[in-house]
Amino acid sequence: MIQADLNVILPEIVISVYAMLALLGAVYTGKDRLSGALTWLTAAVMALVAMWIALSGQGTNVAFGGMFHDDGFARFAKVTILLSGAVVLVMSQDYMARRGLARFEYPVLVALATVGMMVMVSAGDLIALYMGLELQSLALYVIAAFRRDSVKSTEAGLKYFVLGALSSGLLLYGASLVYGFAGTTLFSGIIAAAGEGYTPVGLLFGLSFMVAGLAFKISAVPFHMWTPDVYEGAPTPVTAFFATAPKVAAMGLFARVLHDAFGGVSHDWGQIIAMLSVLSMFLGAVAAIGQTNIKRLMAFSSIAHMGYAMIGLAAGTALGVQAMLTYMAIYVTMNIGTFAFILAMEKDGQPVTDISALNLYAKREPARALALLVLLFSLAGVPPMLGFFAKLGVWQAALAVDMVWLVVASAVASAIGAFYYLRIVFFMYFGAEGETLQTARAPVLWVCLMGSALVMVVGVVNMFGLESVAAAAAATLVN
Amino acid sequence: MDNLLSIVTFIPALAALILAVFLRGEDVASQRNAKWLALLATGATFLVSLFILAQFDPQNTGFQFVEEREWLLGLKYRMGVDGISVLFVMLTTFMMPLVIAASWDVTTRVKEYMIAFLLLETLMLGVFMALDLVLFYLFFEAGLIPMFLIIGIWGGKNRIYASFKFFLYTFLGSVLMLVAMVAMFADAGTTCIAACGGDVALMTHSFASGDISVLGVHVVGGMQTLLFLAFFASFAVKMPMWPVHTWLPDAHVQAPTAGSVVLAAILLKMGGYGFLRFSLPMFPIGAEVMTPLVLWMSAIAIVYTSLVALVQEDMKKLIAYSSVAHMGYVTMGIFAANQQGIDGAIFQMLSHGFISGALFLCVGVIYDRMHTREIDAYGGLVNRMPAYALIFMFFTMANVGLPGTSGFVGEFLTLMGIFQVNTWVAAVATSGVILSAAYALWLYRRVVMGDLIKESLKAITDMTRRERAIFAPLVVMTLLLGVYPSLITDIIGPSVEALIQNYETALGEGARAATQVAASH
Repeated sequence: MIQADLNVILPEIVISVYAMLALLGAVYTGKDRLSGALTWLTAAVMALVAMWIALSGQGTNVAFGGMFHDDGFARFAKVTILLSGAVVLVMSQDYMARRGLARFEYPVLVALATVGMMVMVSAGDLIALYMGLELQSLALYVIAAFRRDSVKSTEAGLKYFVLGALSSGLLLYGASLVYGFAGTTLFSGIIAAAGEGYTPVGLLFGLSFMVAGLAFKISAVPFHMWTPDVYEGAPTPVTAFFATAPKVAAMGLFARVLHDAFGGVSHDWGQIIAMLSVLSMFLGAVAAIGQTNIKRLMAFSSIAHMGYAMIGLAAGTALGVQAMLTYMAIYVTMNIGTFAFILAMEKDGQPVTDISALNLYAKREPARALALLVLLFSLAGVPPMLGFFAKLGVWQAALAVDMVWLVVASAVASAIGAFYYLRIVFFMYFGAEGETLQTARAPVLWVCLMGSALVMVVGVVNMFGLESVAAAAAATLVN
Repeated sequence: MDNLLSIVTFIPALAALILAVFLRGEDVASQRNAKWLALLATGATFLVSLFILAQFDPQNTGFQFVEEREWLLGLKYRMGVDGISVLFVMLTTFMMPLVIAASWDVTTRVKEYMIAFLLLETLMLGVFMALDLVLFYLFFEAGLIPMFLIIGIWGGKNRIYASFKFFLYTFLGSVLMLVAMVAMFADAGTTCIAACGGDVALMTHSFASGDISVLGVHVVGGMQTLLFLAFFASFAVKMPMWPVHTWLPDAHVQAPTAGSVVLAAILLKMGGYGFLRFSLPMFPIGAEVMTPLVLWMSAIAIVYTSLVALVQEDMKKLIAYSSVAHMGYVTMGIFAANQQGIDGAIFQMLSHGFISGALFLCVGVIYDRMHTREIDAYGGLVNRMPAYALIFMFFTMANVGLPGTSGFVGEFLTLMGIFQVNTWVAAVATSGVILSAAYALWLYRRVVMGDLIKESLKAITDMTRRERAIFAPLVVMTLLLGVYPSLITDIIGPSVEALIQNYETALGEGARAATQVAASH
């Protein structure tokens, strides 16, 4: 019995064991001198595990009496998380080394956070949910404050920690209410209690608190306040990590809680999610207009994008989950490319984050500027880039359940949002001669930038078959 | 040749890709290679597109050369042409080699310049061929990106302002259109414009037209009127119609010569094409409700912008305002909704493509020599540039609508069409013909006639062989269509007839449904 359970969580065990071995190995040997090798090794392990999950995973396996689910949905999310985590690790190596931040704890903490995310998307129980979430969050709090001698970075870490603890508190309070009214922490038990025609009010209260806690993790408005500060303060590679894998994990967990535990009352939470979604889209679009720091700008951009992805959740259907998964996969790819560029922005060896530094960049580096242009238009959702199809997907899902107003609102928000992406293009292509930006010569970054831009263009042909995979994944969650 | 349309559409994109990947360096040799490759690609596109014209059957009013493939998110990649769109395809492929040839003197970032124009050609062709709403939107919207860059990078002094104005103006219009498209998809359950195997097509789907109340406002024609207005927002900006035309003079003035030519000759036609492809066939009742407004907006556009053109100091701005006035005839003809009106509108769009394109090229010729577009900076050019004077004269006359040139046929047909529908609008619009003669001839007199007094003009040279070669095909087309208009009307006639028939049937049914509703109350 325990043998079978352990088999199901083998990928998580492998990464945890790897992380601990790496920690021990580094402490007892070369410490920070190993960080370069350790980063690559961690990325390799994560990529291998991702391949293993993608190739070998089949059917739905349940472990520990329903506390842990390994199904198509979890596998889709895990592969996305692991791959994006691995790519971000590889991208950060050069930056960390040249800024004196190359410490061996970084890859180890990222690996541990990744284990937490994998548990999150597989959770079948409130306890498992909280365990995964906290493992992830604790690791993230630390790496947000990774630049120990910088006030901004430590401030970011502290802010993130305090507000994160608050949101965990909300979530736990909600979970305890749910447990009190459902009599069980298992999702399968909760859905039985919530779906029997009469739903206790306490259960809905619990649901609302849990939604608030989870909305904090995906930085949906009005629980978004930490995002710009943390994005700005944290070292750029950490920001890149924040903007990718944890968002997928939190979205995945969101979908799992809503569908696995509260699938029977989707009309109750549909409105909450729709409201969060509209607010996020508009705040993300409007607040980014005044930003000149590209990291803050990307923070607002990610808030807006979470709003669009939530349209899929708000639909409350398998098509919606499918659209959400597709959206997240495309979003992560766009963000990796954009952050690859941001990581390379520097002047006299110091990182630069002001967008006016991009003045006439296109004249000096036409190919890189073009790649960034493609990514920015894709983020803005201008056709024919893949970002447009991501939006179209969630719109289709919303329309299928007659949420026309949500679609109209998001169309308007995306038109407003196009402005600030366009402004970066403006600096790159039409700006005035001024100080010149240098860009780091790390080949990895350029490979990531070009690769993700290429995906945005070539993906228009058939999305690399993502659609059917996402559909299969969504079908296992919603039925 | 099952996928002739795709081949034509994607030849320029392929060339752009080759340029982007294989061409390195900024030296003279690689610049020359970029230019020749672009010219070759656009020339090849034109030649292949001739096959479309040769095999096109005007008597078949349905869509021809239809391609259909599975695509993303349950959408389909559908392309096809009918009598209305085929000539716009030809106009695009015909103009693009000339545009490239006219850009031979560009020296800054030549490779990117050519890539932008080649991509633009692909996107414009796609707009005229797409038979799926989303595909249409994709091409329509994506065309903004290269044009935004063309104005912003290779434009004049005030190019930043113009490029942003251009992008945001048109983007806002299109977003409303996208919302309407989403609503149409929700209502009809398909994004297929026409000719889809087995499915219901949007052109035959009838959207609800019962009066409704939106936020307390009584909307006659209901959903159809709302959809019509959303599409109108986009097409009227693109067209451009008065009073949302203000982006055009800025964009024209700041864009490089080739950009102005593409803008005037092809991009503006997308608005008119959109009216014919979407507004009339899909929302007939909405169109009928809004017709008086559109007609008067057109009439005002013709008179008002002609008057504005009279006082311009900048040659490009003058021609830009004249474009707005001429597009007024087009919208007027389309919404007259009879054979002469629509025939004339399409004819006017094609002929305006040649004539205004040629006029912008004329400005480009002297701008390249003197680097100013101020009318006051010129005068007496005929003394040093006889060939230029002749060609400029010809296109000025064509712009005025002199019988024997294609400009006359379009104006005459649209006026004839509108006269049967609304005499007052016709009367106001006809005065525009006189005004257009006034501003065009006055411009000509100030630039070309008189003595050559200005010191700076003493050394100006006449047109080179390359410049003459660019104008030759335009002169031929303008004359040919002027004396033998059936070349066009034979091709568009049957399709237009079918369009009008469907429109009137739909109106008849709408009226019947309305009386039934009234009777049942």
